[in-house]
Amino acid sequence: MARSALTGTRIRERRTALHVKQADLARGVGISAAYLNLIEHNRRRVGDDLLETLARALGVEPVALSEGAEAVLFDGLREAAAGAEKAGPELERIEEFVGRFPGWAAVLADRQARVGALERVVEGYAERMAQDPFLLDNLHEVLSAVTSLRSTAAILAETEDIEPEWRSRFLRTMAEESLRLSGTAESLVGYLDEMETAETGLAAPLEQLETWLAGRDWHLAELETGAPPAPEALIEGVPELASAAARELALAHVARAAAEARALPLAAFSDALVELGPEPGLLAARFGVPVGMVFRRLATLPPGLPGRVPAGLVACDGSGTLTLRRPVPGFAPPRFGAACPLWPLYEALARPSQPVRAVIDVAGRLPARFLAYAWCAQHPVGGFDGPVLREAMMLLLPAPPGREGTERAVGSSCRICPRAGCPGRREPSILPER
Amino acid sequence: MAQRQVLLIEDEPHIAEAIRFILGRAGWQVMLETNGGEALARIAGLRPEAVILDLMLPGRSGLEILTDLRADPGLAATPVLMLTARGQARDREAAEQAGATAFLAKPFANADLVAALEALAGAGAANGAAAAVAAPGRR
Repeated sequence: MARSALTGTRIRERRTALHVKQADLARGVGISAAYLNLIEHNRRRVGDDLLETLARALGVEPVALSEGAEAVLFDGLREAAAGAEKAGPELERIEEFVGRFPGWAAVLADRQARVGALERVVEGYAERMAQDPFLLDNLHEVLSAVTSLRSTAAILAETEDIEPEWRSRFLRTMAEESLRLSGTAESLVGYLDEMETAETGLAAPLEQLETWLAGRDWHLAELETGAPPAPEALIEGVPELASAAARELALAHVARAAAEARALPLAAFSDALVELGPEPGLLAARFGVPVGMVFRRLATLPPGLPGRVPAGLVACDGSGTLTLRRPVPGFAPPRFGAACPLWPLYEALARPSQPVRAVIDVAGRLPARFLAYAWCAQHPVGGFDGPVLREAMMLLLPAPPGREGTERAVGSSCRICPRAGCPGRREPSILPER
Repeated sequence: MAQRQVLLIEDEPHIAEAIRFILGRAGWQVMLETNGGEALARIAGLRPEAVILDLMLPGRSGLEILTDLRADPGLAATPVLMLTARGQARDREAAEQAGATAFLAKPFANADLVAALEALAGAGAANGAAAAVAAPGRR
């Protein structure tokens, strides 16, 4: 593997190109020829001052002689060194290492990058498991069954003078709870089987995009600068975006986010938020932008921004298929399959360009309330003869305090919704009804 | 001697029955409420010495009930033992913030339940200290 971009090597290349003798250059910058020789063979580190002097003598910018393209390699090696648990490697000889063993150095840096990527993937999975409504509900079922089994069994074992009626009652409890436990286990296995099949479907690329965004708190800070990078540059080498389909989705998302960052600059948007509150309609009017743009911006603001409130977001196309899911604690959109038909999102889809606002009560492990704003935009593509595409979005903000009794009872998806007697139910739930 | 009263707010019938039996044997009179929506009214009506509150209730979460309880000047001093799920650190944090006096993780040992309730009610019984019991949660 040819590596000619090391500082020492570059100095040597530049010097020979200028036909300057090693001894002459050394004298010119006030060091010994032997020392320069060591530098040129990457055996000694070049301090900043000396690098500047050498660059001046060679008629180039200092940056042209420094790590440059190798910076990534050096960063990777330093990262690996920082993560070393045993006594650290010889950091001061890092250039020598790269100079003498470029292949091994590249392998090490590569491994380091791979480890980092895998760590992020693991974090993504952990996050996902913690948010999966079905797994959470099943866990609750298991825990409840185990709790009553444990207490009941202890009563039977420890109470010597227990009355016969109580004894038979508790024995019945144990029989029932055992059945419930095995039923839950069965549905859990069924769910995991189904999940595996669904993973290979269309949901997977979207999930990859969402895992990447979740790892970044859903905010792409690079886009807030005056000269944001191209979408392609931003997603290059991102380990979460493993499939081509996911990268395609990510490109579209980044392009939209960049437009949003331009139209709704962070500082001005924050000021408006503080002044007007998180009312998407008012904010859209203030900035003269589509409502959907404000929805997306509100759901992707950096944590800590003045005026920001925690916001969840779901978007769907004209078929009702979810195209983006940004969860918030208490609201976990279904990972695959269709969502709850009672979501204000679908009401908006049926009434394009009309605002929908409602307080919703989401069934789940812990009931949670949100103030939901929904809006559907229409995009005629291809002129008067072309199709009109719809995109509906629903923004979830913290609900006002106090229960009104007029909240809309919704869920995540029928299969994992425990609401008994729901008028919108499409298929039976695999959870016990509540 | 009048029996000491505790209100149990729990929707799982088998767990509720076991708790009732265990605490009954320990000398407590256990009242049961299975509906989260009715919980606050029951507490106000019964004025129990302590409340055992399940975090996960249908209709109204234990957190919401606890928050409202602590906001009610007449009821704020009621000691509350919160039942949380083992391993759910986030739930516990939220309950702590909402003002729970003590916690017990499910599944629990029966003796631990009795001990936790005795400790809680013992602290609350020292009358003037009742407000202080509620205080640690109100950070």
